[in-house]
Amino acid sequence: MRQSILPVLTVVGFLLVLWYAAAIWLNAAWAYDKASRTDEVLTTRTLIADTWSQEKPKLPAPHQVATEIWQTTVEKKITSKRSLIYHSWVTLSATLLGFGLGTVLGTLLAVGIVFNRTMDMSVMPWVIASQTIPILAIAPMIIVVLNAIGISGLLPKAMISMYLSFFPVVVGMVKGLRSPDQMQLDQMRTWHASGSQTFWKLRLPASMPYFFTSLKIAMAASLVGAIVGELPTGAIAGLGARLLAGSYYGQTIQIWSALIMAAVLAATLVGIIGAIQKLTLRRMGMAQ
Amino acid sequence: MMWLLLGLAIWIAGWMLNVRLASLPRTRMRALAVPVIFGVTLIAVWECVVRGFAISRVLLPAPSAIAARFAGSLDILWVDFVQTVLKGALTGYVIGCGAAFLIAVAIDRFPFLQRGLLPVGNFVAALPIIGMAPILVMWFGFDWQSKAAVVVVMVFFPMLVNTVQGLQATDAMQRDLMRTYAAGYWRTLLKLRLPAAMPFIFNGLKIGTTLALIGAIVAEFFGSPVKGMGFRISTSVGQLALDLVWAEIVVAAIAGSAFYGAMALAERSVTFWHPSQRK
Repeated sequence: MRQSILPVLTVVGFLLVLWYAAAIWLNAAWAYDKASRTDEVLTTRTLIADTWSQEKPKLPAPHQVATEIWQTTVEKKITSKRSLIYHSWVTLSATLLGFGLGTVLGTLLAVGIVFNRTMDMSVMPWVIASQTIPILAIAPMIIVVLNAIGISGLLPKAMISMYLSFFPVVVGMVKGLRSPDQMQLDQMRTWHASGSQTFWKLRLPASMPYFFTSLKIAMAASLVGAIVGELPTGAIAGLGARLLAGSYYGQTIQIWSALIMAAVLAATLVGIIGAIQKLTLRRMGMAQ
Repeated sequence: MMWLLLGLAIWIAGWMLNVRLASLPRTRMRALAVPVIFGVTLIAVWECVVRGFAISRVLLPAPSAIAARFAGSLDILWVDFVQTVLKGALTGYVIGCGAAFLIAVAIDRFPFLQRGLLPVGNFVAALPIIGMAPILVMWFGFDWQSKAAVVVVMVFFPMLVNTVQGLQATDAMQRDLMRTYAAGYWRTLLKLRLPAAMPFIFNGLKIGTTLALIGAIVAEFFGSPVKGMGFRISTSVGQLALDLVWAEIVVAAIAGSAFYGAMALAERSVTFWHPSQRK
């Protein structure tokens, strides 16, 4: 762990330098344009200063995004419509609801698939096929249709999150519930364990590492689902709405700050699951 | 009422048939027949439910209506398919996967970069990259170039992480053997490490297929010319022409499955030696 801090910092630093350089390169055209209209002559120094401080740059510099995030999180009231925390909360609630539903659905399906041969043969291929369908593409339709029958607000977005997040859980849990080898299953049989005892005492505990790994993937997918689910709602609230509004009005700084916020959210959520995973597996004596 | 009873009857009949088939010894034919029967049953039940409850066609069109619309507007669907899948998704997929592969091979020579890039790559792979779409649409314009750019960004990191991991998949014993053969870096790469990395590389390629389609379609929600699957879906939803939306979804599903299937077939012929491919 410790030995990878320096390389990671180097890569991140390199990316930041690249970002600043790209900002100069992409924003230079507009800076020259502005200067030629006011008959100014741009030196290298003023050119760079201008490209890093434009109001609607093609690519905002990192410090501009950082300032915007600071202003919209710390300096605004949480209840304000312009507070990024408010929008993050809207997205987060849909994400968590969808994630919860997806996890429950995925686990139930996995249990059914492991215990019922018919279900294994008929449902499993469709579970896999369902993911080759670009579901995000029909997100607008799901939202509109559910709105038409009177379901609006949190649930439609959560449905999209659920659809995206149940798949990793099914695949991971099927693998996990089948991970005990024949020897262990035979051992349960010699103890005259019933099907449910085998499930609760052997299969379920054995599946835990797989469970947490798929939860991490499901969480990331769920957040993507919630963000895309917000696009067609008319840009009212949520990080997805901020993205859409930003792209309508050319507010690039706003887009980037929403994007960074989404990244922070994803990293935090996945990190929390990782911490729970470590704790649980250590308590169960399964930590590597 | 009749339709509902019929739907129930079809469901029970299909499920009984599958139970019978699943209890017989497993053959290739049966492994294929069971999911097909399940799918057909689902579609039949859908049709019956829509007719039985007289569900409005602006909420959920029946499969027969979708099929009719599909057959009736093949020209529109084809234009959208070319615009979104062939121009947007496929171009971006090839560029993104190719670039990620080359960069992975390059940084493989520097362990320092590798240790730095893997955590960052893993982090980025978990991010909602799709959010980059509005920015890239702003940079590259409304036509397919911006969609290809979104796809490049989406497939890049999963492919990079998988390839880097794959290149580490050989163990010291195998590399030592190559050294006793006096094989240089390039020969070791070509004869040992790349073949050993193939299962990982194909994993990245397969993940990329779905991401590519999603990226290309969703990017069109942020602005597109008057053709393309994402454009058609968002405008048809507005016009409540849901049968056309479903027809586009059918196209997307077929394209996605075919894309994934092609990669899986290629994987089988390249990594025939891997335990997961053996029969």
